[in-house]
Amino acid sequence: MHAAAFNRRQFTAGLGAVVVAFSLDPKLAPGQERLPGGLQNNRRLDAWIRINADGGATVFTGKVELGQGILTALAQIAAEELDLPLSRIEMISGDTGRTPDEGHTSGSVSIESSGTALRMAAAEVRSILVGLAANRLGTPADDLMVASGVIAAPDGRKIGYGELVAALDLKREATAKVRPKAAPNYKVVGQSVQRLDIPAKVTGGVAYVQDIRLPGMLHGRAVRPPRYGSKLEGFDEAATRALPGIVAIVRDGSFLGVIAEREEQAIKARAALHDGAKWSGGTELPDPERGYDHLLSLRSVDTVASEQRATPPPSGARIVEATYRKPYLAHASMGPSCALAEFRDGRFTIWSHTQGVFPLRLDLAKSLQVEPAAIRCIFAEGAGCYGRNGHDDVALDAALLARAVPGRPVRVQWMRDDEFAWEPYGPAMVMKAQAAVADGRIVDWQYELWSGPHGVRPGVPDGSNLFASWSLEQPQKRPLARNIPLPAGGSDRNAIPGYDLPNHRIVNHFIPEMPIWVSSLRTLGGYANVFAVESFMDELASAAGVDPVAFRLAHLTDPRARAVIEAVAKKTGWKAGETGDGARGRGIAFARYKTLATYVTVVAEVEIDRASGAVRVPRATAAVDAGLIINPDGLTNQIEGGIVQSVSWTLKEEVRFDRRGILSRDWASYPILTMPEAPTVEVELINRPNERPLGAGEASQGPAAAAVANAFANATGKRIRDLPLNPARVKAALG
Amino acid sequence: MAINFTVNGKAASSEGPPTTPLLWVIREDLKLTGTKFGCGTGLCGACMVHIEGKRAFSCQTQISEVAGKSVTTIEGLSPDSSHPLQKAWLAEQVPQCGYCQSGQIMSAADLLMQNPKPTRDQIIEHMNTNICRCGTYQRIVRAIERATREA
Repeated sequence: MHAAAFNRRQFTAGLGAVVVAFSLDPKLAPGQERLPGGLQNNRRLDAWIRINADGGATVFTGKVELGQGILTALAQIAAEELDLPLSRIEMISGDTGRTPDEGHTSGSVSIESSGTALRMAAAEVRSILVGLAANRLGTPADDLMVASGVIAAPDGRKIGYGELVAALDLKREATAKVRPKAAPNYKVVGQSVQRLDIPAKVTGGVAYVQDIRLPGMLHGRAVRPPRYGSKLEGFDEAATRALPGIVAIVRDGSFLGVIAEREEQAIKARAALHDGAKWSGGTELPDPERGYDHLLSLRSVDTVASEQRATPPPSGARIVEATYRKPYLAHASMGPSCALAEFRDGRFTIWSHTQGVFPLRLDLAKSLQVEPAAIRCIFAEGAGCYGRNGHDDVALDAALLARAVPGRPVRVQWMRDDEFAWEPYGPAMVMKAQAAVADGRIVDWQYELWSGPHGVRPGVPDGSNLFASWSLEQPQKRPLARNIPLPAGGSDRNAIPGYDLPNHRIVNHFIPEMPIWVSSLRTLGGYANVFAVESFMDELASAAGVDPVAFRLAHLTDPRARAVIEAVAKKTGWKAGETGDGARGRGIAFARYKTLATYVTVVAEVEIDRASGAVRVPRATAAVDAGLIINPDGLTNQIEGGIVQSVSWTLKEEVRFDRRGILSRDWASYPILTMPEAPTVEVELINRPNERPLGAGEASQGPAAAAVANAFANATGKRIRDLPLNPARVKAALG
Repeated sequence: MAINFTVNGKAASSEGPPTTPLLWVIREDLKLTGTKFGCGTGLCGACMVHIEGKRAFSCQTQISEVAGKSVTTIEGLSPDSSHPLQKAWLAEQVPQCGYCQSGQIMSAADLLMQNPKPTRDQIIEHMNTNICRCGTYQRIVRAIERATREA
């Protein structure tokens, strides 16, 4: 989990004056029992659930809707355990003034952590209500039945939840000792219930932070420098002030922004300020022709992720080596990032599509030099962010501007070029693999990866991770980037394969300082590591003369892993030893996300236009095991979307730059997969009601990438190891 | 000088500069925020509306160009969200983040007005102007096909 991404020794040595009640810190007070999931750090029942006078429930979660369907899934869990219809559940999410602090919505853990908390809390609240009803009715609790929020005695007397509210006291710690429902009794969990957020999204209802309109609202824009670290030397204030509708121009150190009455006025003013601004310095970027060599030359913190030596490799074992590379990738959200801020009576209210309202508040407080208690961060959904896009940084832009116009809300909408050039990307990575095969088996496995940080987010104690804060008049310290520890991992996520490898050594060269700004992109290191590991598995299978499916099964004892491979092989009619025909082929890849979450195997078909080098993926098939499934269609939608997005990354995407700055600034210079290019995706779900439910928003991307690369090799006999598999690389590979 | 036009069947007027993109007039003056800002350069389709019944990028249309014309936004597609495409989008649970979907639906509505029974290939060719980062493309196609069956 992301919490431990700071060094406790450093912290207690007195680096920061502010004591951070860091919500994911797993320390227990003396005599305190560990509570499951999110309850551990938000222990009171009333933090999570309120029963209302009308008999319905309000459910509070710190996790937020990113378009992954989490609010609906959590509502299903609460409705199930409370025995209330879904329509009687009101979800409140991501508000520092109202909800539990559950850190960031990331890492595909919301179902496990918030879902578990709600499951246990709701079961306990129901049990308390039944106990109150038992007293009221003079009937043993065990004889009472609950349906739709009404508790009934065998003789027909009934009492609704609403009638018990006055006697209900949830200001107490959860015990987690009330057994929740067993899966066979589920009525709501496990159903493809329609998503709560969709109706507004198909009718143009107010659904996004971009749609919030407050009385007296003004429009703001920030002016970004030409490159990272540039210093603002001056700007033409008079020329911009003369434009229509200008309310204020704000400068704080090298932060420069403008506030106007109307949106198009703010846009024009931004352009005028940009044209008249003078900047000095800034970081020169590496030569893009030597980008990966430069990466390998950077300072790294080297750790052994996993190591085991059982037997020496037999002589005569065949050695295979391969190096794989992944470029910087953009989140490329459909809706550029947006935030609203209001500063009134010394307090800030921020509306943001951040993944973490509480951590964001901490960094905003430092940057604005106020106490966290003076800021309220309220989540409002944005476009899909797929990790840390501009959502945190635009919130600081909005707050800095709002501070200049107390009492009036300021809305800052990033433009498309801001979103491409000023968000932190998924880091470039290099992966080197070397293995030995003998008698159809891997007898030695060596793997090293080089990567920048994948988890740079607000909420760490030693500074602020909001980039504008580093160049304010009173700048915030830029924290040292740290890797997220295993088993979940950050850059080394899924670097440890799920296969049985008795002799192995896996090394992570973590690069804390990258020349280009990077942070979390969906799957973190998982996409690149699974691409490399699963491409390499096919290369080893080929060296060993074994079919790719058989080869994987030969190294897997986990029955759930075997099951997803066998299921998709069967579904696609996989034939051992089948080769492509030069233009068409199929490939398979498997991963268990983070080595402890959802299992996915993907088979991808490719078609190659050898003349143009264009690769198409007409079809992809996946088998998925996410434990107990909360919403089957929601899960399917995430797996489908992950595959389509991964095909886009794998075939088309890389952030382009030159020494002077980022070149990818619009959809023309950073094209993504279009509808004609998108595969048809079939998903087979394996439900395991007795296993814990697992998040699946990031589970299909790694396997999809390797399946495509393996299909290409299957079709052509040529292996491409550098992403993306764009036409230039394809033509070079085909010779 | 005011520019007069109709939006979703109602009279509308804009006093701002005639070069103002229709997108901002719709969102800010008319307070219809269903139409989205995605790129401002006509490359993503999130801002699509209908002008005289034909799809158009509202970010690429100046308000002066709609003088005297009828504009339809996602909010006006049906009086009660019962347009066959909206019903199909719900039935197929199309959206993930949903940000592109207003534009997708308006784009699809244009297709069905021109061609009530498009083939799958015709759907895909027509919808090429609208990108979706979450990857809901096949659900969009299924929803359009569903709407053609159920219309």
